[in-house]
Amino acid sequence: MALLDIRDLDLSIARGSELLPVVQGVSLTVEEDESLGIVGESGCGKSLTALAIMGLLEGSAVRIAGGSMHFQGQDLLALSPGERRRMMGDQMAMIFQEPMTSLNPVYRVGDQIMEAIIQHRGMSRKRARERALDLLDLVRIPDPIRRIDSFPHQMSGGQRQRVMIAMALACDPKLLIADEPTTALDVTVQKDVLELMLGLQRRTGMSIVLISHDLGVIAETCDKVAVMYRGRIVEQASTSELLSNMSHPYTLGLLGSIPALDHDVEWLDAIPGRVPTLDEVVPGCAFHPRCFAAEGSCRTVDPVAAAISPAHFVRCHFPQGSTT
Amino acid sequence: MLIYALNRVLTLVPTLLAASFLVFIFIHLIPGDPASILLGDTATPEEVAELSRELGLDEPLWTQYVLWLGNVLQGDLGTSVFFREPVLSVIADGAETSILLATMTMFWIVTFGVPIGIVSATRHGSWIDQATSGGAMLFASVPTFWLGLYLILIFSVGLGWFPSSGFPSLADEGGASNLRYLVLPSLTLAAPNAALIIRLIRASMLDVSREDHVRTARAKGLHPARVAIKHIFRNALIAVSAAFGFTFAALVSEAVVTETVFSLPGIGRLVVQSVLRRDYPVIQGVILIIVVFYMAINLLVDLAYASLDPRVSLK
Repeated sequence: MALLDIRDLDLSIARGSELLPVVQGVSLTVEEDESLGIVGESGCGKSLTALAIMGLLEGSAVRIAGGSMHFQGQDLLALSPGERRRMMGDQMAMIFQEPMTSLNPVYRVGDQIMEAIIQHRGMSRKRARERALDLLDLVRIPDPIRRIDSFPHQMSGGQRQRVMIAMALACDPKLLIADEPTTALDVTVQKDVLELMLGLQRRTGMSIVLISHDLGVIAETCDKVAVMYRGRIVEQASTSELLSNMSHPYTLGLLGSIPALDHDVEWLDAIPGRVPTLDEVVPGCAFHPRCFAAEGSCRTVDPVAAAISPAHFVRCHFPQGSTT
Repeated sequence: MLIYALNRVLTLVPTLLAASFLVFIFIHLIPGDPASILLGDTATPEEVAELSRELGLDEPLWTQYVLWLGNVLQGDLGTSVFFREPVLSVIADGAETSILLATMTMFWIVTFGVPIGIVSATRHGSWIDQATSGGAMLFASVPTFWLGLYLILIFSVGLGWFPSSGFPSLADEGGASNLRYLVLPSLTLAAPNAALIIRLIRASMLDVSREDHVRTARAKGLHPARVAIKHIFRNALIAVSAAFGFTFAALVSEAVVTETVFSLPGIGRLVVQSVLRRDYPVIQGVILIIVVFYMAINLLVDLAYASLDPRVSLK
């Protein structure tokens, strides 16, 4: 049984009286001790999918319109808000893109870490503080005894993201959802934070859902990859399979958008155009206006996801085969 | 922090000098002089001139200002022309009423305004929010004299629960039970001010609730009430604390209408009556003290900021 099993998830956003679909038919599974990367441009629905898994859509304009989500065999959509809350921050935890604003500026970081421990484990403040010190040490914050009483504004972005990770790990979650955890950080710090997350995963055996717009980051860290475009998964495979047999033109485009550091490039091979807005109707394949391989049928017929090898799915009329 | 406070007190000096000068000049620009008002219509010009000399009003304006300032610096605000009493004791009588009234009003504002503000922010868009927002708009727009008169009609004349006018000092017979005289006036003053505080708390809580750290708090699985109080309200309080300070200052000095409706011997009424009587020393003294009071509140608000928001450091 998969740790997380999502089938045909549909999300819609209420815009006035109408419901616009933002995520359509997303199916994902995450096994125990496995890491899944979700990659795509901004606006492709990857963050909304993450918030839906976590249960943080409540209070926003986005609704779960269909599909199912199971976590450890439990139907997440059947849980009461209270049951869902007991899971949040305990069995599943999340870290966010903006470490600068994701911590409450008026409380000491130690107190913010302790809050989840006290909430879910019912520990005394004294024991929760000891646990918080261990966690700060675990995420390699130097001098935890002093830093535990720091306020967020006294820390750098990288340190704050480490604190966020410590907070997320407070109750030993089975699943960690990381939404662009390194995007807002300096390049040198990005690497440290990613390595830290990977090391912690290896040590604790938790599963990770890593969301990024950077295929390079995902390729380095995740066991398998789902590529999303405009609310849909357009390609899904294990990382090694995807890298050796990249099939969707969009995935190829994402790879071309990573600047290579080992040789000079005059022109970055970015994908032309932009993601269509929610209310734009694109007939046929949603990617065809930007696709280099688009032909007649792409403009009229929406492709379905097809397996090109046992665990490699592509939603494209003309998968590129092993052209890389 | 002590150094910060001392610095702030020192910067008061030029502000106070400027304020005292402006007050002095403007008051003497008002037509009419205290001597003729004091003596009434039947006084002869000789009698008026005699009294003016006695009060020191025949001196040039500059001389009067310097003399007054010199006395103020020695802690002597002069003698009331009307009451023939030291200005300080006249003000002290009014201040007791005003400060007690303002304190009781703040008590109502905090006990009613804060919880209602929090509820309407956490339930925004619901019928509770619509009802409290509507009620707040209503109370913010009702004139205080009208509300005051209706409260008197219902709770004094009708039910006989509270006295309708006056306020004997707490030092007089009755002691602390004399506070019942302030219940209706403080409720009258609290209504529009609580309404504003409710709106303010609601708006700043809605602002804070959109911040990323609130999502982090929710992701920890905290109860929504805990998120609302500990994470949203606590941060919204930073913006609201200044409003509390200045509301209190305004209540002490500007409650003229309510003081008049309930015949309370407060500071607001003292200023207005002293202006009508051209009681220069009292007007000057009261305004000077109000300026100092506002500056003290300002300082307290800054200190409150620093204690509520660790990012603010006092230098």
